[in-house]
Amino acid sequence: MIKTMEEMTASDYKAIGLRSGLEIHQQLDTAKKLFCRCPVLPYSDVYDARILRHMRPTLSELGEYDGTALMEFKTRKNITYQINTDTICTYEMDDNPPFELNPKALDIALEITMLLNCKLVSEIHILRKQYLDGSIPAGFQRTTLLGVDGWIPFGDRRITIIQLGLEEDACREVSDNGHERVYLTDRLGIPLIETVTAPDMTTPAEVAQVAVILSNLARASGKVRRGIGAARQDVNVSVAGGCRVEIKGVSRIPTIPLLVHNEAFRQVSLLEIKSELSDRGITASTFSSESFDVTTELSGTSYRYAAEALKKGFELRAVVFRGYRGLFSKITQPGHTFAREISDRVRVVACLDSLPNIVHDGEEGHSFSPNEWEILRKVTGAGQEDAVIVVWGSADDIETAASEITIRAKEAIDGVPSETRQALPDLTNGFERILPGPNRMYPDTDLPPIAIAEDRIERIASVLPERPWEREKRYAEEGVPEESARQMSISDIRYLYDTAVERTVYSSRVLMHFFLSTLPHLKISGRVRGLTEDNLIDVLVEAGIHKLSIEAAAFILEGVCDHEHSEIDEVITNLKIPGIEELEKVSQHIIEAAGDLDTLLLEQYVTGRVRERFNLIPGGKDVLELVRNVIRSRDAISSSLQKTKGR
Amino acid sequence: MKIHNGYNVGLSVDTIESITELGRNEAHYKIPEKEFPSDPSKPNVKLFGTGGTIASRLDYRTGAVIPAFSPGELYGSVPELADICNLKTEKLYGVFSENMGPEQWKGTAEAIGREIADGVDGIVIGHGTDTMHHTAAVLSFMIQDSPVPIVMVGSQRSSDRPSSDAAINLMNATYAAAHSDIAEVMVCMFGPTSDQYGLLHRGTRVRKMHSSYRSTFRTIGDIPLAMVENGKITHLKKDYKKRDKERKVIINTAFDPRVSIVYYYPDMKPDIIESLIDNGYLGIIIAGTGLGHVNKPLYPVLKKACEQGIHIYMTVQTLWGYVQMFVYDTGRDIMDLGVFPASNMLPEVAYVKLCWALGQSHDRDEVSRIMLNPVAGEITEREPHNGYLILQGGIPEVEEFISKYKK
Repeated sequence: MIKTMEEMTASDYKAIGLRSGLEIHQQLDTAKKLFCRCPVLPYSDVYDARILRHMRPTLSELGEYDGTALMEFKTRKNITYQINTDTICTYEMDDNPPFELNPKALDIALEITMLLNCKLVSEIHILRKQYLDGSIPAGFQRTTLLGVDGWIPFGDRRITIIQLGLEEDACREVSDNGHERVYLTDRLGIPLIETVTAPDMTTPAEVAQVAVILSNLARASGKVRRGIGAARQDVNVSVAGGCRVEIKGVSRIPTIPLLVHNEAFRQVSLLEIKSELSDRGITASTFSSESFDVTTELSGTSYRYAAEALKKGFELRAVVFRGYRGLFSKITQPGHTFAREISDRVRVVACLDSLPNIVHDGEEGHSFSPNEWEILRKVTGAGQEDAVIVVWGSADDIETAASEITIRAKEAIDGVPSETRQALPDLTNGFERILPGPNRMYPDTDLPPIAIAEDRIERIASVLPERPWEREKRYAEEGVPEESARQMSISDIRYLYDTAVERTVYSSRVLMHFFLSTLPHLKISGRVRGLTEDNLIDVLVEAGIHKLSIEAAAFILEGVCDHEHSEIDEVITNLKIPGIEELEKVSQHIIEAAGDLDTLLLEQYVTGRVRERFNLIPGGKDVLELVRNVIRSRDAISSSLQKTKGR
Repeated sequence: MKIHNGYNVGLSVDTIESITELGRNEAHYKIPEKEFPSDPSKPNVKLFGTGGTIASRLDYRTGAVIPAFSPGELYGSVPELADICNLKTEKLYGVFSENMGPEQWKGTAEAIGREIADGVDGIVIGHGTDTMHHTAAVLSFMIQDSPVPIVMVGSQRSSDRPSSDAAINLMNATYAAAHSDIAEVMVCMFGPTSDQYGLLHRGTRVRKMHSSYRSTFRTIGDIPLAMVENGKITHLKKDYKKRDKERKVIINTAFDPRVSIVYYYPDMKPDIIESLIDNGYLGIIIAGTGLGHVNKPLYPVLKKACEQGIHIYMTVQTLWGYVQMFVYDTGRDIMDLGVFPASNMLPEVAYVKLCWALGQSHDRDEVSRIMLNPVAGEITEREPHNGYLILQGGIPEVEEFISKYKK
């Protein structure tokens, strides 16, 4: 029985054998594309020309056709590309051979490969990965593997990185109706890395956590593109007895857990169908189905969708499945039944995308009349144990539709088919295509292999940035609270913070608070407009030299930003910010004048007076601390005096 | 090394510590072969293979694209061909088109002659695209009065790519050979870069104009004969030789290869021509500037060449337009030296035609008679205004045209 994600515990997921891995796609921040010299510009849906292509499957290096490719070929799509002259040249159109691989992209990708602790290949080979869906005009993506077998830390264990590849980005789909698919080419050819983890995650939450770590790592290089669509992830999910299914198009990490959960339970449900079929004695060899043209029999139907189809001149086909009674009604995902799996195939492969495209005899709600179902059962010879599906479509598509229905229904005998599925807005998923295998890869004969020279590796390794988890550990060891250490380790201002630690007198703890709390506050309130990183460091250095508190430094920053050209020294003089010695002196005077007071009261009173005296300088807490010290040392002196007197 | 997920990687030999064999997976790189079906109601087409990208596949030992194609493989990969005709294939050569030469040209013409004698309904020739227009021109001269269409075809993207133009070109060419009414030597290649329609170009007026575009072949100085798309021919020109099974073909494979093309450039020195004289060349095609010009320092050596019996013809390197040597004195001077203006014959066409003419005669008048009388449209009486049309990108109306029609 399906539980909700909230009801599930880690051991529940363990019981079903959940395993999940990630494929993270991250665009690199280069000025030009990977295999041509087109500029990388912001996405735009403006275009000034269109080209039309069709795709045919080709043989792999081992002489095999890829299953996905053959499936896509059945769809007979007209693929139109929208092209903008500013960002697309004849290379992306596949009307020109590739140029040399962008060496800057290779450097960045190698850097990230090293950050992931991968073993580098000695020589990169550019491969063609077939995409018959048309998402690349050539029909293949140029891709190359840079490293394998890496790892990242995750709690007290490691997540294995299977591989990291460098490839060109594909098109964005604009629409896909019937046999017409349209793509926008605005991101086509942008350098992209694909990081693949092992299926080491065993709960939905872990998958999201690892996605965050990997995303942070890519950012650690500082050379990846940011913004919507610059990073995308595919999630691989399987359960015990199931099959690897890839969920594509996950653009937001927070959606990952529910997507994983829903897929896990889809697989569990499909396995239940499998076992039910097995109980009913249905195997690949006893499987029996037959399809019948029922256009005439149903010509007078008042079932809305069939009637509309008939009006368009479509044909109706009934497919009977012996022994399948009731199975198409089985819930496989929240709000969806097994029938959707069938409907999806009809939609994608036969291009009958006006929904509903099928109806089955176990369906509740609007459907054929009982009398019509009776006729259908008679025509198809369906008995009490059998199930009937009716599909409608044009004469050109109906054959493919009927055959896809049969293919998918039969796959239920084996449980979970290997598929690429698409994440849907309700975080269930729908069929996209058969999961492609290694047969879609073949070498690119247009470009020679590139040896990764030792000096190149050394050059990149010598300036390799600190990994976020190493940085976090270092900060924590410097005495910074764990949460702040984590936050700073992935922050854009981490290098600035490091410089401040190195060049100023303030402690890591004090600076961490300043950078994570005081500074953002100053920025948001608009009090430090136009502040440069150099300014900031100079002020902190000077404030330290003047023995000022860090809060006073914030005060100076405002002063520097207010009076654009003034020297820091000048600002300090003008603001009359007292040094620590002066503060101590003034405190002593006030304490002496205050006379006998309870210590707690005395502290508060003196602090207030000191701040008043210096134009309400910020940092009450610091002043309080200073005052306390002064009081303490006074008390220490007086008590030692008394001791002397007592002798 | 190919790894489990299909990727190939290179490993430095000195990093390998040991190798263990865990299993075997043999590669059988072969397009599934199926016997090409036969239907007596369909026309019979013969496909000759000479090599090139149209009939190529990857050779994974060398990583190069190599030519190969059997009829069974063809049917296995382009089954649509069976809806068009009954197809027989014969591999004449397996060479890239830059390696085509007189021997292959003669052999191809003779093979075509034999097929026509056997009563075939159409001929298709698979050919590399680089020199397809040379072969198309030479076959236009060697094969005259063909009763059936002779269609040359190639592809700009090899058939190992999903978006290859090979299949569509092959279907269009086969359809034109089987069903069109045009009994001439033609080139059938993509019209636009999009998968829309092919164009049938006359063999003597066609030229490869882009190193890699799918729509690289253009008719120069005229319009194409027809469009072909999805089993439909749309005629663009009215004057063409019609299919006529009764007509007797003439195969004339005469050929003397001692001809060169000289592409003139400013400050060309006479020694270029001298070396041709010294090396026993019998004919020179000059691709001159503008209306057909070369500089004055070449005059003496051209005169000397003509006096020694070398046949010199002037064409234009502008490709479009006619040689007109009366407009300027310099042109008249060059003609006085003995150089013949070759009208609007394309330089490569003039080259193969002069070889063909010299194969038949070395007599100056006879050669010029052959050269200057068009036999296959290589010289046209008039140039239609739309025979020269290179749309200039960037201009608003052209951009409007491009945005309206797929490229």
